[in-house]
Amino acid sequence: MTLMTRLFGFRGGLHLDYRKEISTGTPIRVAPVPPQLVLPLSQHAGAPAKPRVRVGEQVLRGQTLADPEGFVSVPVHAPTSGTIVAIEPRPVPHASGLPALCIVLEADGQDAALPQTEWPAVEDVQSLEPQAIRDIVRRAGIAGLGGAGFPSFIKLGPGRPVEALIINGAECEPYISCDQMLMAERADEIVAGVQVILRAIGAPRCLIGVEDNKPPAIAALRRAASVDARIQVVVVPTRYPQGGEKQLIQALTGKEVPSEGLPLDIGYVVHNPGTARAVWRAVRYAEPLTARVVTVTGGAVKAPQNVEARIGTPMRFLIDFVGGYVGTPGRLLMGGPMMGLALSTDELPVIKSTNCILAATAEELRPADDAMPCIRCGACQEACPINLMPQQLYWHARGKEFDKTRELNLFDCIECGCCAQVCPSHIPLVQYYRYAKTEIWSAEREKRKADAARERHEARQIRIEREEREKEAARARKKAELAARKAATEATAASVPAATSAGISVDDPVARAIAAAKARRAVNAPADAAATSVKDASGSGADTDAVAKAIAAAQAKKAVKAAAAETSGTGSADKGDAVALAIAAAKAKKAAKAAADSASPDADDAVSLAIAAAKAKKHAQEQLTDAPSPAKPGAAAGGTDNDPVARAIAAAKAKKLAREAAAPTQGATAGDDDPVARAIAAAKARKAAKDAAATGDKDRDA
Amino acid sequence: MLYAVLALAVLAAAFGLALGWASIRFKVEGDPLVEKIDKILPQTQCGQCGFPGCKPYATAIAAGEADINQCPPGGEDGVVKLAELLGLEPKPLNPENGVAKTAPTVALIDESTCIGCTKCIQACPVDAILGAAQQMHTIIADACTGCELCLPPCPVDCITMVPVKDTPKTWKWPTPETEAA
Repeated sequence: MTLMTRLFGFRGGLHLDYRKEISTGTPIRVAPVPPQLVLPLSQHAGAPAKPRVRVGEQVLRGQTLADPEGFVSVPVHAPTSGTIVAIEPRPVPHASGLPALCIVLEADGQDAALPQTEWPAVEDVQSLEPQAIRDIVRRAGIAGLGGAGFPSFIKLGPGRPVEALIINGAECEPYISCDQMLMAERADEIVAGVQVILRAIGAPRCLIGVEDNKPPAIAALRRAASVDARIQVVVVPTRYPQGGEKQLIQALTGKEVPSEGLPLDIGYVVHNPGTARAVWRAVRYAEPLTARVVTVTGGAVKAPQNVEARIGTPMRFLIDFVGGYVGTPGRLLMGGPMMGLALSTDELPVIKSTNCILAATAEELRPADDAMPCIRCGACQEACPINLMPQQLYWHARGKEFDKTRELNLFDCIECGCCAQVCPSHIPLVQYYRYAKTEIWSAEREKRKADAARERHEARQIRIEREEREKEAARARKKAELAARKAATEATAASVPAATSAGISVDDPVARAIAAAKARRAVNAPADAAATSVKDASGSGADTDAVAKAIAAAQAKKAVKAAAAETSGTGSADKGDAVALAIAAAKAKKAAKAAADSASPDADDAVSLAIAAAKAKKHAQEQLTDAPSPAKPGAAAGGTDNDPVARAIAAAKAKKLAREAAAPTQGATAGDDDPVARAIAAAKARKAAKDAAATGDKDRDA
Repeated sequence: MLYAVLALAVLAAAFGLALGWASIRFKVEGDPLVEKIDKILPQTQCGQCGFPGCKPYATAIAAGEADINQCPPGGEDGVVKLAELLGLEPKPLNPENGVAKTAPTVALIDESTCIGCTKCIQACPVDAILGAAQQMHTIIADACTGCELCLPPCPVDCITMVPVKDTPKTWKWPTPETEAA
């Protein structure tokens, strides 16, 4: 151990009125277990823990009540035995004063510990693997006891070589003395914890930085540290904010943590002495973090002192434990007067990061007088330990120019309050910085949310488009089928004149039925052929062929039947006539338009226009009258309805049609030698044809 | 004289080639202005601007077909940002497009009333509603933009807009108001 250690110091900072002596007169007292404990699920930085117990459950001291959720999270343990009476939002020590989810534990007074600890106590701690230490520290729910409450196990796994471990025993804020008392009374446990941490992070040495206004703590630590040459107690001058980890690193090593960086970036890991002791107790005695030393102090407290309290103890209970209030407290703070959190009520619970409960009288702290305008004196800039420009930050924060505050390194501000302390205009500068920080965070959150919304919206658009495309494809498929069917219908129309020329009346429903059936077959045949060819390609053999044939036969039957049904159903409606009519109408329309166009040059002349219109109309009428004429020859040639010859021909045609319907399948399945299937198909087709003929007869009879 | 002309011609050709090459090599895909405008818009996708979403509105602004004051969810701040980006004068929100909300809201389905008709799911522009036919639906509050497009299609009016609650994680420090005039 070197006798002389060079100290570097940091710029700025202040000498304050410390008032620590009012709470250091008596040793740490162990507070009793309160009747009811409130355990917030978010006592640490990161995600809140997730309850694993239910309301009404009996729990024992040391039992895990809530599991960590995610990586940056630690569990919560039962500080005593009792019953879970509620899991609900309760007010917690937070600047917002908003309630957060808490587990409420009704103590049973037994304070019975778990019969077997949740992990084994380790006798020979130096034999533990670093990862095992981290696991234990995590299971013990240890979060930094200095105030920020960062999960300690993360800082025990640096993932890179560490130059030195630094134990932050500076405790620079006025009033607070919990670390000081702990260092003086439990120096051996702190040193043992340091050894465990050194093993976990693989650091070669440890610097314990203590301010020179704590001689008993320094003496005790030096005595305890004499067992290990790697541990060095360094006395630093008393100056606020020496206890800021970046300031302490700078004071001890001369190195500065980079902007918006972490101590680890320059090879240092900083822990609080209380955390070191908690690590020791977790590893050696398998004790989870369920109690901590809290300084209960201030001019409004009767007997200020340090107490070891269970986590979750209501603050009021501790204040009563040290004698209660003297008069009315002006302000209640968690933490010190510089950086502490103003509390609205003393009914809040002690959490893992509660180092001090400060009940100050109204006169004790600087009154929050009305701020005066900034005179740009620059005193704040002199005091700033980070070398920021507080007055510029203030102006920009006030003007809501948050991006400019960011450019001026707002996020390097540790909110130590030196600037506000020295401000002659009493401007609450830190409030502006906190305001600007939360505004920026909120804007970033909104931006993330907007980006997520954009992504979701775009994903939705893509999905809708894809579905639309698929629908379009289905529609196109259907359209193609429809077109094929239409082509078949046209074939029917074509067959009508053929029938006429063959001397068969168009009105003859049987002939129409045949034509329709033919058309249908024309449609079905390619489909069948396609189906057959597919089946053939798949090479599934005779079975499939038989099936295909059966299908073809069934289709033929259906086609014939449908044709007959159509004939019997519609009777007089002549498809060919309808088409001819429509064409005639369209022609008439066109003619009318042409007439109108020809009249248009002298469009001014209303009379000529009217005449043209009348002409067009007449022309159209004539066209319409002419229109049925193509059908007329058929009608003229009619009266053959009862002609038995025609009937016979129709029947023969239907028969042939049915045969033909079956034939393509046979042709397509040339290799087929299953006579039974063929016979069945043929029989079926025959029957279908017969049915068709019968229907035709019946129809005519009717 | 000839040398001067030649030298200039060579230079012009060289720079022309360089510029031509650069215009191909460094070609920016898409319209960066639309992207920039879209970044400012709140992505509520509510359609209050008269366009079917934030991107179409951004495209319309970039094309000069829409004014910058048609986005109530963006509020006056959004108008100011758009004005800054486009070098225009900020103007008050167009009341025809609606009024800015004072506090952010999210939709909440009264699950006992919901009949599971999926109409709101089809209306939600950001797929923030979970449910299936004949099944109770629920809002994914984290993904809800508060656009209110799910309110009109609901046949049983079981959707209400509720203000987003502050948690200790989202809470913001208030503006210090101890400043003397």
